[in-house]
Parts: sequence; structure tokens; C-alpha cells
Amino acid sequence: MENILITQGRTIDCTQNLDSVMDIFISNGKITKLEPKISNFPENTTIISAKNMIVSPGFIDMHCHLREPGYTKKETIYSATKSAAKGGFTTICAMPNTKPTMDNKSTIELVLEKAKTNGLIRVLPIAAATKKRAGNELTNMHELSKLGVIGFSDDGDPIESPNMMRQALSYSLSTNLPIINHCEVKELSSNGVMNEGFTSMLLGLTGIPNSSEDSMVARDISLAETTGGKLHIAHASTSGTMELIKLAKDKGLNVTCEVTPHHLTLTDKFIFNKSNKAKDTDILSSNPYDTNIKVAPPLRSQKDVDSLIQGLLNDTIDVIATDHAPHTNSDKNCTFEEAANGISNLETALSSVLSLYHQKSIPITKIIEKLTSSPAKLINRPDLGSLKLNTNADITIFDPNLEWIVNSNKFASKGKNTPLDGEKVKGKVIKTIFKGKIIE
Amino acid sequence: MKNINNNLLDLDSLSKKQIENILSSAKNMEDIFYNKSKNTLSIPNKTIAGLFFEPSTRTRISFEHASNLLGIKYIDLSLNDSSIKKGESLLNTALTLQAMKVDGLVLRHPHSGAPYSLLGKINTPIINAGDGTHAHPCQALTDLYTAKKHFGKIQGLSILIVGDILYSRVARSNILGFSKLGAKVKICAPATLLPQSLLTSNTNGIHSKISVFTDLQEAMVNSNIVMPLRIQKERQIKGHLPSFSEYNSIYGINNKILELANSNVMVMHPGPMNEGVEIDPVVAHGEKSLIEKQVENGISVKMAILHKILT
Repeated sequence: MENILITQGRTIDCTQNLDSVMDIFISNGKITKLEPKISNFPENTTIISAKNMIVSPGFIDMHCHLREPGYTKKETIYSATKSAAKGGFTTICAMPNTKPTMDNKSTIELVLEKAKTNGLIRVLPIAAATKKRAGNELTNMHELSKLGVIGFSDDGDPIESPNMMRQALSYSLSTNLPIINHCEVKELSSNGVMNEGFTSMLLGLTGIPNSSEDSMVARDISLAETTGGKLHIAHASTSGTMELIKLAKDKGLNVTCEVTPHHLTLTDKFIFNKSNKAKDTDILSSNPYDTNIKVAPPLRSQKDVDSLIQGLLNDTIDVIATDHAPHTNSDKNCTFEEAANGISNLETALSSVLSLYHQKSIPITKIIEKLTSSPAKLINRPDLGSLKLNTNADITIFDPNLEWIVNSNKFASKGKNTPLDGEKVKGKVIKTIFKGKIIE
Repeated sequence: MKNINNNLLDLDSLSKKQIENILSSAKNMEDIFYNKSKNTLSIPNKTIAGLFFEPSTRTRISFEHASNLLGIKYIDLSLNDSSIKKGESLLNTALTLQAMKVDGLVLRHPHSGAPYSLLGKINTPIINAGDGTHAHPCQALTDLYTAKKHFGKIQGLSILIVGDILYSRVARSNILGFSKLGAKVKICAPATLLPQSLLTSNTNGIHSKISVFTDLQEAMVNSNIVMPLRIQKERQIKGHLPSFSEYNSIYGINNKILELANSNVMVMHPGPMNEGVEIDPVVAHGEKSLIEKQVENGISVKMAILHKILT
């Protein structure tokens, strides 16, 4: 195994309260030295100069869609892990909306096996909370927890029945794993395809009100209080969710949540960014119905974005997760109503959240905490998300100031569905190291 | 003029001048329609395909008629035709027609933004004949033409649109069109049929200038045009309305409520009407009605649109 020396990067590790220029020496897949200046190292050492760059523990993504088994036209474990590595991630958690559903031992073992043989980084499965994600019967949570799943979720579908949610929160207690819920009262969404607001009115698209999310978050928090269960809210998108989670945390409940890069940085008006519709001019060359912005939950208002940023700052939000949702071109090459929900996110996630650092909304250390140590804690993996000596050398080196233009055709992901295609962004991953190996 | 020459998708991208040009072109077309002048405007050797993914009678028939009057060949491809029934995608159907070298598409689709999803993928000009709840520029141009013809000008008129604003593409396009030509636009409906953003004035641009009412009597004051919209049975089922009879008693347009409006008030309706629900038949067929005129004027306006797109 090769030796690697990373020199003179601004090294940030929230588990050690570290933020200074350091050298890191990696040997046998482990971090063996972390010092301001390392001069003694063996001859056969690969040296990576990280001057003017940031060196961080490898990013952890708690919410990802790998599409294998079942939907390998959209993505495979190989292409997803390659895409993740390109985006600076060394651990990704795989959501269970595969075919067959990851609701049983053999499917999860299959995913783990594929990850071992084809994956370039660590893949940790999330098991379905109910069989076939149908919301009627719990999965064998105890059996599945022994396979190393990091939580239970019905993924893109909410656990609709309040009683089923109660049982799930209660039963999973003894596994010490969270129930991850996609909070959406479908009846309130009423087949909506974007945020309910002025933009949806202009475009004649059915809107999804904030209350569709807020009301289920409130229900789930109440159930977490009743049961003492561990609740994790997936992709928080509204100011109401922020208020409710803050309340739950103040009460000391076992409630955590995540936010995606797109909900932190884009509003529903972004649909106009790529068109001139709002400017009252020629709209021929552009399409204000860019299906690549269609995502669940939808991009919300500026008020919501502001409150999510606040939530990240005051730790109402625990982690940044991508909700990477790759789709084929034909899934998106249709009318807005027909289009699939989701954004191919792994390769632009860092630059998206760094825009908040560049506009001085969020300190860089907070961003790194939410991408590394905080998710590690949430998935019960204290060995991850850290640069402590003798831990696995999962390391991400990025240049926060490097500008580049997003070109989805160059994505490692099979999913080219990003609303950022063609946008100029700032901040790029230079090297991703997984277990002491540079992932190319 | 790029937009109207190539496509007609909505009125938002047309200037006041461009809209007025279409209206004055429609005036010329009217002379042909009424056989008053020799048809010097016919455009031979052109073919238009009507592509209706949603049932339509008057829009479809009037486009066909308008095409015939201009010597344009009209191919009708409707909901019951095989390729649409088989679920061939909109894009593939449009590509097929493009390969057959049709000169323009008249598209009606249940999904908002459907014609926009073809932009950049086909070169054939598109006329939006109604997309979901988004836009119906042809109807709005017809309504503008009808109002202008009756009142002499749009500037300074007060138009009140009543009813299912939430789901109405006609309302959306008329708000844009009448505002651009200087009319005062008011809307009135029970709150369940109003977009939440208009109800709470969370708007900007043209939409920040419209007045929103839930009380019809209050809304009626000074109106020169009252335009009730069709109320569908589905609204009751989905909980927007308790009953047709309650709707009729509060929001129905009858001669009594019209007394509250300007004395020169006229009633328009984009059709099809639900007589006895949103409009009293006595009004619909009475002397204050422009509804039949709208249908008639629809021909000249569509001739003007076809002429702009194809020449």
C-alpha cells in the first residue's frame, strides 16, 4: 500500500477542533501523522501539495439513490460511487427504493456485495421501514440492523399512517437506529409539481404548500415524543419545519434532520433564471419549464431558504445530505407534470454549499461539520468523519475558490439531471482519498 | 417580433404593440371573413396540424375554419386518434409531424407548459391553443378583440373575471392581455378558487396591480366587462365548493347583480357555459351578452394568428 503525504493544506477537523495548516501522512490506509510540518517520510511517498486548499475528512452523504438493483439505466453502484468520489464523498448511504425494495436481508446483502466488488467508496444501506415501502407492515428491523444498515426509511414515500409511524418509531428503538421520514401529506400536495406560490401561479403548475411538509413533521415530532423513538427528518425544506424541529430539540427529543444543497441555495424562482419569461422579453430560446428543477420536496421561497441557512447555523439542522436522485434523459425529456422528481447532485453539492461560504452566510467549518463529523455521529460511526490518528484515511481535498462551469455530460453519474448545467460555480474537489487510496 | 413570428405561446412575451398589431390584423381578416373584401391575404401551399391532447370543440373547429378561409390545409389530430391514444409522447408526435413538413402546430395539451417542452427540439412553429391551467393566448386575443370592438378601446376599461381563477388558463392569459392594454383587472371568487399568492398579494409586476375580491357585490362596482368562468363539477368533489346552488346564489351572474356594475357593462364568457351555475341563461343570451360575438370574432383573430405565424 502506498504512502501519501498531503502538505500544507488548511486542515479542518471538527472532531479535534482543528483548523490550521497541517501536513498529513497516510500509511497502510490509515492516518499516521498529523503535524504542522512533516519532514521525515519514506522515499516511496506520493506527495500532494494542498497549498491554498482545504483538507477535510471525507464527506458523508446520508441520503443517496444508487438505483441498483432495478434501475441501472439511471445509475449503478459503480457510477454512483464514482460520482460521489468526484464530489468529495467517501461514504454514501443508499436509500431503499430499489427493485426489489431493500426491505429484506438478501437484497441488502446484494447491495453490500455489489458495493464491495464494484463500489469505489463506502456504501451503507438504509433499509425500508415497511415491507415494499407500502406502509402496511414493518420490516424485520432487528435482522436488518445486524447487516449494518444505518436507519429505516420508506424513502420517497412518507409513512402515511400515523399508527404505522408510531409503531416504527417504537419498534426501532431497540435497534438504536433512526426512522427517516419523507414528510409530505400527499393529500395536501394534491399532485402538485412545484412550490405553491406566485411562480406556480404564473406557470399554471399545481403548487405544493409548505403545510404539506410542516403538518407531517409536527405529527412525527409528536410521535417521537410519545414513543421516545429516534426520528430523522429527510430533506427539510420549509421555515415551518425549522421552527418545529427547533422546538423538538429544545424539548430534548430524539429528533434530527438534514437539508439538501439545492434547498439551501435555490428558490422556486430559479426556474426563471434560465429563461427570460419574467423579464417580459423573448422566450423562444428558453424553456421556463425546465424539468431539471423538479424535485421533491420542491424548491421553496426565499423565506424558507433564509430559515434553512439559519437552521444550519444554529444546529437545528444536523447534516447536509444530497438526496442525489439520478434519472435518465427520457425521465426528464417530457412535460413538467410527467417528469420524474430529483436532481443528480453528488458532483455539484460542494460548490452549491460553498456558495453560502462565499456569500459569507455560513462559515466553512460549519459546512464541513455538517458534511463530516455530524453525519458520522448520526449514523453511529465515530470512526468516520475525522482525521484522528489511526483512523481510516478518508480525506477530501478541495479548492474552495476554483471556478468551473457545470457540464452534466462530464458527470461520472449516469444522471445528467441538474438545474445547474451550464452554470458557473465556485469550489471544486481536487482529490478524494478513500482508505488511503486516491480515487481517480 | 421573433416570438409571434415563430410561436405563440402566451401573451407575457408580447409587447403592447405586438398585441395591437395582431388585433388590427384581425380587423383586416374580418373583412375577408364577412366576404366584404377580396381575399388577398390567402396563404396557399401551407399546412397546419391541429394537435389536441384534450377535448376541444370550438377552438379546434375555429382553427380549421380560419385555416380554410386563408387557403391553408388543416390536418386534425385529436384525442381519439391512434398515436395519441397509444400514449406516444408529445415530443415524438411533434417530431413525426415535423418530418411530414407541416408548417405549424396548433397544440392543446392538459399539462401546463407542454408547448414549452418542445422548444429547442422542433423547429416547426407552435400556436398554443391552451396548456393545462397556464395559458390560452388565442382566447385572450379573441377576448381583447371583442372588447376593443365593442368599447372602441381597452385602455381605461374595468374588467372583472369571476370564478375558477385557480384552474383557469383563460383567466391567466386575460390578466396579462387586458393589463398590458391598459385595462383595470379585477378578479373575484371564493378563496378556495383563488391562487393563494394572489389572495395574499404575494406578487409583483402586472399581478401586483390587479384587485382581488371574494365579495362579488363589491367587485362589481364600475365594471365595464364581467367575465364569469365555467365552474366544473370536479371543484365540488375536491372540496373547493359546497354546491352549485350555493355558488350560483353568491357568484352567479344575473341581471340583478349586473345593476351594480357600470351602466354600459357587457358580459363575456370563454365557454363552454354552465348556464344556471356561473351565469343566468337570461344574461347569457340577453342584450348585455358578447358571448356569441366572442365565438364569431375568434375566427378573425385565429386567421390573424395563422397569418403572422406562417408568413
